[in-house]
Amino acid sequence: MNIAYSTELICFLILSAVIVSGSLAVVLLENIVYSAFLLGGVFMAVAGLYLLLNASFVAAAQILVYVGAVNVLILFAIMLVNNKEKLKPIKGLRTRKLISGGVCGGLLILLLRVSITTKWNLPGPASIGEEATERIGEHLFTDYLLPFELASILLLMAMIGAIVLARRDVSIPKADINDLKNKKTLSDKKIPLLSENSIK
Amino acid sequence: MLENSIGPVSLQAYLIVAAFLFCTGVWGLINSRNAVRVLMSIELMLNAVNINLMSFSSYVDGSVIRGQVFSIFVITVAAAEAAVGLAILLSLYRNRVTIDMESFNLLKW
Repeated sequence: MNIAYSTELICFLILSAVIVSGSLAVVLLENIVYSAFLLGGVFMAVAGLYLLLNASFVAAAQILVYVGAVNVLILFAIMLVNNKEKLKPIKGLRTRKLISGGVCGGLLILLLRVSITTKWNLPGPASIGEEATERIGEHLFTDYLLPFELASILLLMAMIGAIVLARRDVSIPKADINDLKNKKTLSDKKIPLLSENSIK
Repeated sequence: MLENSIGPVSLQAYLIVAAFLFCTGVWGLINSRNAVRVLMSIELMLNAVNINLMSFSSYVDGSVIRGQVFSIFVITVAAAEAAVGLAILLSLYRNRVTIDMESFNLLKW
């Protein structure tokens, strides 16, 4: 076992330990802010696994999109809705958790059995390594062109949909618009996050 | 049984990590009462699927790497899903002043 092998093994062990413990902490911790930051850690560790698999482009995309966009979006959502509400206790919550834990454990055992006992077609063709980025570009513009264009339409739809859904219905009085003497911007209007009719 | 193919880490090791991540995500999806945590669990499950795609692409399909292209698409769809999901969550919070999943039972008869 030379030094490259042992380095790869140690990296894999550390990254998978971070993934396993981080995902458990994301699900189990009480404080949602800790969960959000640990979720960022899990995403970084998954990007590290992609680097071990010779996929530097996907690792960079993972860090840019997940850590840079999705995790920040989740933190924004926590900041906007964080009101430290006390959840009402529900009868039978503990049994529900135990039953679903049993179901998920069974699913885990099933998946482990499948992945270990199946005879995968190994070893496959040699990995192309650092050429992967060029090959992804070729795929995206030749045989995966239609999904690529559909993905761009999906992103546009998601952007417009998110704006429409999260928008507040704000009506500025006509007088304020025409009032050139003391120009008021939207931030001067003190618009509440919650509309009045929702607080009853 | 865990045969080595390229390096010291076998394909099955990646599959085991992905299976664990997926099951944690399913458990969190079922049991979370905070709606933001439900979205986080969905992201965990999508990441588990991505690990599977990437490891198969590297070990079984090393010369064509279709799995990497697919995981790019999965990342795109996950970003769109997170944006729309959090927008829905914000408008729900604006209408009901809570993020408890148990109180979103408007459609129950």
